[in-house]
Amino acid sequence: MVGVGVMTLYPLYFIVITAFKTRKEYLSNQFWPPSDPTLENLRQAFRSGDLLTWVANSLLLTVVSVLLAAIVAALAAYPLARSRFPGRSAFLGLNIVLMVVPPVVLIVPLFLFFVDRGMVNSRVAVVIIYVGLLIPFSVYMLTNFFATIPRSLEEAARIDGAGQLRTLWSVIAPLSAPAIVTVVVVNAVWVWNELLVALVFLQDNNARTLTAGLTFFQGRFLTNEPLVMTGALIATVPMLVLYVAGQRFFIKGLTAGFGK
Amino acid sequence: MRSPGSRLRATITSYLLILPAGAFLSVVFLYSLARLGYISVHNGNTGLEGPAQIDAYRFIVDDPLFRQAVKHNLLLLLSVPVVTVLALTIAFVLHEGIRGWRLYRTIVFVPYMLAIPVLGTTFVYLLSLNGMLNSLLQTIGLGSLRQDWLGDPSYVLGSIATIIIYHELGFGVVLFLARLLSLPEEVDQAGRIDGCTWWQLRLRITLPQMRSVIMAFVTLELITMLSWVFAYVYSTTHGGPNFASSVLELYIFNDAFSFQAPSFAAAAAILLLAATTVLIAIQVKRTSVEVNPE
Repeated sequence: MVGVGVMTLYPLYFIVITAFKTRKEYLSNQFWPPSDPTLENLRQAFRSGDLLTWVANSLLLTVVSVLLAAIVAALAAYPLARSRFPGRSAFLGLNIVLMVVPPVVLIVPLFLFFVDRGMVNSRVAVVIIYVGLLIPFSVYMLTNFFATIPRSLEEAARIDGAGQLRTLWSVIAPLSAPAIVTVVVVNAVWVWNELLVALVFLQDNNARTLTAGLTFFQGRFLTNEPLVMTGALIATVPMLVLYVAGQRFFIKGLTAGFGK
Repeated sequence: MRSPGSRLRATITSYLLILPAGAFLSVVFLYSLARLGYISVHNGNTGLEGPAQIDAYRFIVDDPLFRQAVKHNLLLLLSVPVVTVLALTIAFVLHEGIRGWRLYRTIVFVPYMLAIPVLGTTFVYLLSLNGMLNSLLQTIGLGSLRQDWLGDPSYVLGSIATIIIYHELGFGVVLFLARLLSLPEEVDQAGRIDGCTWWQLRLRITLPQMRSVIMAFVTLELITMLSWVFAYVYSTTHGGPNFASSVLELYIFNDAFSFQAPSFAAAAAILLLAATTVLIAIQVKRTSVEVNPE
């Protein structure tokens, strides 16, 4: 098990130690931590400005798409979990089917759709696509969770004269905090790490995301291993922090629906 | 209990609440799938003459690049049993309650957290001619095994499969371990009293109880190998050398955005969708059982 642990962590270890080495030291020492750690790579990575822009782009896209997806999914999940109306199970079924449709299948028509509207290199277009891709999983998760909340609490709110939206906001949402956090964490990791859509829709250097930028960065600085690994480190740190902080939620989200 | 009027009002509210989600799904999925089918049978700007109808399909099934990509996806399917057995083994070992199993679970899951492009760019260095793996082989006296792991056509696909397994393993372990922890202990104890060995217990008693979660994992991984490996290939080799690691997704991507042939890309996408539909159907059947607990 110790061997498995070491092998598992090696690439992450490699990213971290390499990011703080000079290129000269990397050539003579690939295995061990730097004897003389340098911050030059970090400085250089940020000096060019590209990486900072890409980080900002990734952050913006992640925050906006994840929040929007959570709100839109919660609105839909509430009646799906609570009301009976024609088309309810059809809509639920649709979400389950779409959960596993690979994005590559949608990329060509989506590209043409946004080209028609002059929305190439548009963050709005990418947010629309991300939210769309996130909705099936989010609706499925939230519907299942809302269904477990006892109805008596809403009855009380309704007697007090609260409408559906009001009940959702002040009764259901607070009780569903764990499920909502799960959806947000899983979705945030997904958006931050996404490559294909970012690559196709944000080709302008100023609009690039960090993961797309990283492959581009490697193409340009292939023989500067420490600099490229610095980029990899910057792309990894926020997700590791999110993982350590929200591990419980993350694992719950991924294993959801595998109960049996 | 309620009047017809208030019931109608509740139904309308329900529809209004679903509307935003429905709008996003309509643009991103429904519209796209419809237009995809349309593009695949209409050669708009492919440079080909005439109203081609089924021609795009005919072209791609004869295209050596398409066939090669499909073959690579099929070869990648072979890594599904590997990752499943590995994940099961690790989950069993951790479930024995070895010291620090929680820590190991966290560690094994770390690669699943890393962005695939991050993994890709890192493995480009680890597997390069002068990279870590070759240096290690040299150091332990196996220098003759040194290879250009991602640059040699005979090794590149295997190398990418290894990176995929490395990434997916943690997901399998977490999934299987969660199931193991929920199994009743009595059955295991009964088996032990009957004198079963550890292996007999695992194979005959534990595995059958885990059947559905294993099936779910295998299905998801099969879907992954067919249609979610773009990021691995793009961030390591871009499909090279000379298409030796091209996959269907890359073929679609290249047709659409490098060769300006959207109808070929669309036809390939339709075929990919058809191939995964069987797997998706299995997945959906499994999921929908659990969405209606009533």
